[in-house]
Amino acid sequence: MNKFTDRRSLLKGGAGLLAAAATMSSDQLLGYAKAWAQTAPWKPEPGAKINLLRWKRFVEAEDVAFMKIVDAFQKANNVTINVSNESYDDIQPKASVAANTGQGLDMVWGLYSLPFLFPSKCVDVTDVADYLGQKCGGWTDSGKAYGMLNGKWIGIPVAATGGLVNYRVAAAEKAGHKEFPKDLAGFADLVKGMNKNGTPAGMALGHASGDANGWLHWALWAHGGKMIDKNNKVVINSPETAKSLEYVKGLYENFVPGTASWNDSSNNKAFLAGQLHLTTNGISIYVTAKKENPQIAEDMNHAHLPPGIDGKTRELHLGFPILIFTFSKYPQTCKAFTAFMLEPDQFNPWIEAAQGYLSHFLLGYDKNPVWTADPKTTPYRSVAQSASTPAGEAQMSENAAAAIADFVLVDMYANYCTGREDVKTAMASAERAAKRIFR
Amino acid sequence: MSTVQTSMPVQAAAAGEPSLWSRLRANRNWAALWFMLPAAAFLILFLAYPLGLGIWMSFTDERIGRGGIFIGLENYQWLWDDAIFWLSVFNTLLYTLIASVIKFAIGLYLALLLNRHMPFKAMIRSIVLIPFIVPTVLSAIAFWWIYDAQFSIISWSLIKLGVIDHNINFLGDSTWARASVIFANVWRGVPFVAITLLAGLQTVSPSLYEAATLDGATNWQRFRYITYPLLTPIIAVVMTFSVLFTFTDFQLIWALTRGGPVNATHLMATLSYQRGIISGRLGEGAAIATAMIPFLLAAIAISWFGMQRRKWQQGSNND
Repeated sequence: MNKFTDRRSLLKGGAGLLAAAATMSSDQLLGYAKAWAQTAPWKPEPGAKINLLRWKRFVEAEDVAFMKIVDAFQKANNVTINVSNESYDDIQPKASVAANTGQGLDMVWGLYSLPFLFPSKCVDVTDVADYLGQKCGGWTDSGKAYGMLNGKWIGIPVAATGGLVNYRVAAAEKAGHKEFPKDLAGFADLVKGMNKNGTPAGMALGHASGDANGWLHWALWAHGGKMIDKNNKVVINSPETAKSLEYVKGLYENFVPGTASWNDSSNNKAFLAGQLHLTTNGISIYVTAKKENPQIAEDMNHAHLPPGIDGKTRELHLGFPILIFTFSKYPQTCKAFTAFMLEPDQFNPWIEAAQGYLSHFLLGYDKNPVWTADPKTTPYRSVAQSASTPAGEAQMSENAAAAIADFVLVDMYANYCTGREDVKTAMASAERAAKRIFR
Repeated sequence: MSTVQTSMPVQAAAAGEPSLWSRLRANRNWAALWFMLPAAAFLILFLAYPLGLGIWMSFTDERIGRGGIFIGLENYQWLWDDAIFWLSVFNTLLYTLIASVIKFAIGLYLALLLNRHMPFKAMIRSIVLIPFIVPTVLSAIAFWWIYDAQFSIISWSLIKLGVIDHNINFLGDSTWARASVIFANVWRGVPFVAITLLAGLQTVSPSLYEAATLDGATNWQRFRYITYPLLTPIIAVVMTFSVLFTFTDFQLIWALTRGGPVNATHLMATLSYQRGIISGRLGEGAAIATAMIPFLLAAIAISWFGMQRRKWQQGSNND
């Protein structure tokens, strides 16, 4: 019975954490918003009405804080912002339809590299990015990579949710790792040991846009493999990739069964039910556990995936870029709102409310107390530093965005791990699929 | 449509040549054309135009947000040696074939059962329809829980009963995943087949059965020589629809597996959506969708030509 209550309450998310967001009362926020509107370089069009689509929150307090920002902006500028929410999977099709038909939405706060799917439909927001960069300590390299195409900003990377290792401390210690392993071999040993003790790890190998793409790109990069080189030439078929395939298969064989069918929520459920002891995820498991399953929260911790053979950590995190469509009638309002929400006075309480779910791309926010108040959230502070775009070394592009969406890499690993194809065939299939996209 | 009756009286050939206009006014076909126009406009706008546009798109490199240029057969050439595409074709055929056969068998059995006199007949008949009424996505989510890798009720029950000692990997293993989605599709599709066949069964005149019973026909003989031949036209129609629905299935697969594991359950419809909408290659997605058309035409052709033949309609010995 316990299991069922857990599951049901999971759906409710981290309700009741509103207190964290209440650092500024709404009156104060409104007063501030009015003052901000006086000095801001963008003057909202009078009577503007904006339709904004965003991903559906995983942490309720984050959404509450976001809506407070929206509310203050609306009142201060006399404009209307309609916010609609869609689940991760539905954001992109909706945004794509809007881009294709040229109506319906003004702004989308989406996932990954959304602006790169239709760069010609995105308003140039270089002025907003420069303004924010100057004010908030500058952009990280990954922020630039996620926002800029050919020297122009086509979207503002608001935040990212880090796909970091979530693990149960006791289970890791029992497997002989008092400290989280610092290299690939150690990590493989940990996963193996945990499986032996009946406290298995598991990371998604199914079509899970966030989870599966995240850790498998890390596995490829950690072994020196690449999907494409700097000039967008497909170089996936390489000895380095072969090594990473072997490595991932070694992990997969020690995972809890069923990871090939997992979607983005599977590991959350299993971890919170106590059936999974290590996975890669955002901080949402911990946030939910703190509220509903304190024993698990007490016994878990987070860590970055271990560095690759060259000693560098490169991870693919789930970026959240916001974009403005070129067909919007109110571009100034959209720009003003984007800048407003990333200003320290809004952004600080907001990321505090998100409790680590949103990691910043603007270096100034390293100082936010949310990253140090609870040491278990600290690893998520440096998400932007270790982040790479799906394009790796190359310039982020439409094609790289398409390759992610088409699960080229995920399919390659899954094909080999489940024994459907051998190393050579798996690499050749991925190569062909990638060439089809990068033609 | 040629039987459309207009109340317009045929004008008597009055003095001299009637004008073109009055001749047209008297022409029944001309009136019929106007009567058909709304329906035709509707069909052209919502069926023919999108279909034509889809086929045209498959010859371009159109992407989301910007138009494409004509690239001839390039999309098809890439598909031709694309293993995932052929896997999806295989999956679609396998899925359609197995699911349709099972749906037909169970549906026919249920229809025969429901055709008997039994208590609470009306209620049982409506209960049978439930899987068909539930929105596909809802039932897919229910199945998703039933097949969950960690929380499956089936695995849980079997473990508690001591039959197995670990969870069944319903959606993570290619064979299991295929069987699981086919089962879900069958569960959903059986009521349609059963109720339609039941309607057909009720048109069979009881006097035929009485006569056969008097002649000493067995149960099997009555089914084989009366029920089956009289039911064939309905079977042809219902199976055509069933095959078409199954072949173009999307929601169930998308909610359950997204085409995984390792594309073992990717159907042409889901692959087309993944390539066309999710990764933004409208042209390529359209090419996959267009590739479905020959299969669908073949399915329609088989049943259409079949229904033209009296052999099919009235039993094999009656040409």
